[in-house]
Amino acid sequence: MMDLSVEIPGLFNYWIVIILMMAGFYIVISHGNLVKKIVGLNVFQVSVFTLYISMSKIDGGAAPILDETIKSYSNPLPHVLILTAIVVGVATTALGLALIVRIRDAYGTIEEDDIIELERTDT
Amino acid sequence: MSATLSAHLPALQVVLPLIAAPFCVILRKSAAAWFIALVFSWVSLGISIMLLEQVLTHGPISYLLGSWPAPWGIEYKVDKLSAFIMLIVTSIGSITMIFAPKSVNLEIPKDRVYLFYTMYLLTFAGLLGITITGDAFNLFVFLEISSLSSYVLISLGSERNALTAALRYLILGTVGATFYIIGVGLMYQMTGTLNIADLAERLPEVAETRTILVALGFVTVGIGLKLGLFPLHVWLPNAYAYAPSVVTAFLAATATKVAVYMLLRVYFTIFGTDIFAALPIDEFLLVLGLIAIVTMSGVAIYQNNAKRLLAYSSVAQVGYMVIGISMVTATGLTATILHLFNHAMIKGALFLALAAVFYRIKSVKIDDMAGLGKEMPYTMAAFVVGGFSLVGVPLTVGFISKWYLILGALEKGWWPVAALILFSSLLAVIYFWKVIEVAYFKPRPESADTVSDVPLSMLIPLWVLVGANIFFGTNSNLTVSTAMGAAKALIGGAP
Repeated sequence: MMDLSVEIPGLFNYWIVIILMMAGFYIVISHGNLVKKIVGLNVFQVSVFTLYISMSKIDGGAAPILDETIKSYSNPLPHVLILTAIVVGVATTALGLALIVRIRDAYGTIEEDDIIELERTDT
Repeated sequence: MSATLSAHLPALQVVLPLIAAPFCVILRKSAAAWFIALVFSWVSLGISIMLLEQVLTHGPISYLLGSWPAPWGIEYKVDKLSAFIMLIVTSIGSITMIFAPKSVNLEIPKDRVYLFYTMYLLTFAGLLGITITGDAFNLFVFLEISSLSSYVLISLGSERNALTAALRYLILGTVGATFYIIGVGLMYQMTGTLNIADLAERLPEVAETRTILVALGFVTVGIGLKLGLFPLHVWLPNAYAYAPSVVTAFLAATATKVAVYMLLRVYFTIFGTDIFAALPIDEFLLVLGLIAIVTMSGVAIYQNNAKRLLAYSSVAQVGYMVIGISMVTATGLTATILHLFNHAMIKGALFLALAAVFYRIKSVKIDDMAGLGKEMPYTMAAFVVGGFSLVGVPLTVGFISKWYLILGALEKGWWPVAALILFSSLLAVIYFWKVIEVAYFKPRPESADTVSDVPLSMLIPLWVLVGANIFFGTNSNLTVSTAMGAAKALIGGAP
């Protein structure tokens, strides 16, 4: 336990990543409301963005600008990767929500339990 | 062809369909969009053939995007395996595009048909990108391009269940892709590189660390979700059953194959076979594969929707491929790679036959198919030959891949595994017989309209695929030697 209390401040970001990841994943699994599922999926993805951004940040590290006064740089590559991943995340959310709009038109509900019930009567 | 153009073939392979997609949206006419999709599929097929030829004669091709040197810039890499997979994807795409227009016009509302072709081209570009890229993060981007567009393709299905099937796939697919980037992130943390060849070089040093083992776990589960690996397959049956028929044929024959390719790349090119000593993931895959081939074939027997029956059978077939991987021998991998090619042709033919059936009787329920053997003789004959191939009857491709798989199992001394493979083939006979029995030995109900066979524009592509099943089943030299070469390159380490 002593070790943990020393490590937590240094690994703060990583603890947050794990908490967000599990919280998001739990929402995806447990919630019956489809919009909430998509929100959970978003939280889950954001936790991974934080993981990438944290791993490349150095204490006191500067942005990648070539200047003689700057001694240490943060790694810009993971930051750029996450810009791409954010775009992918936005596209996924938009598509997911668009599908939910269509599902509401077709079924009149966005609760998964009701939808499953309706699907059973369909077949 | 000029030398400069042929040097840029790897980039063109991805860029051409990607550029073609927006033109479909601009033109908005379904016929024009179809024509673009058709032409670009065939151009891609041509490029695949040229690339495979180049690889077979001159060895692997490395293409630097924007001429940035390899570990920093993004590298496209074509070796035997990726050239072979691209050949599968592009040939299935080209054939389904010839088949598509009539079936698509029937199943998709007229004002949305051009969007179908747009999404098809994007999926196509994404799948080719996954196969050709030599960069682990670039692979994720292409994975998402192909996945997002395939969710849209599935949601175009005419029943409302297609929407929920697409959303379910979207949720699980996104979780899978996110798991994959967690794994890549952890690998980057330990090695500082994303280039696959570079990763392969730097990983052994840190292979025993917990971070890398966790990365391996995340990547396996992530790709497993895309693959429809046994307990992660729940999205697959509904997605295949409710998607438009042509979409099912295309996705069933290509998307899971590309996911298997990703698994091969990650395990054998990036991690290398030594990793299995640190984490017994091969035994884990063997067990899942065996459960898949037995239980999923069993579940398939009880289906009344023929598309859903074949979907469960697809999950079982993925089991065969995973068993091949779990052997970690050249023969096992040869069986997996062969089955990639063979299963693409089998399922492509079977799902196209079902698309033809749906085109005439507006249903793929097995009960509704009564008496079709007489009314649609050519379509049903194609279905029968495809089924024989699925079961693994000699002279068809299904036999070749099962032969190598059992050979691999016996090489390892795994008698029970070989027995289970044979047992699940018997289950395949049962579920397949259900369809044959109804189609050939039950009379067409009096109330039903008489139907004729489908037009030639559908029959010809269908029979081309069926013919390929028999051709490559009797002349297996080309496929076996390519698969064997690719398997040896994988087992031997970096390509």
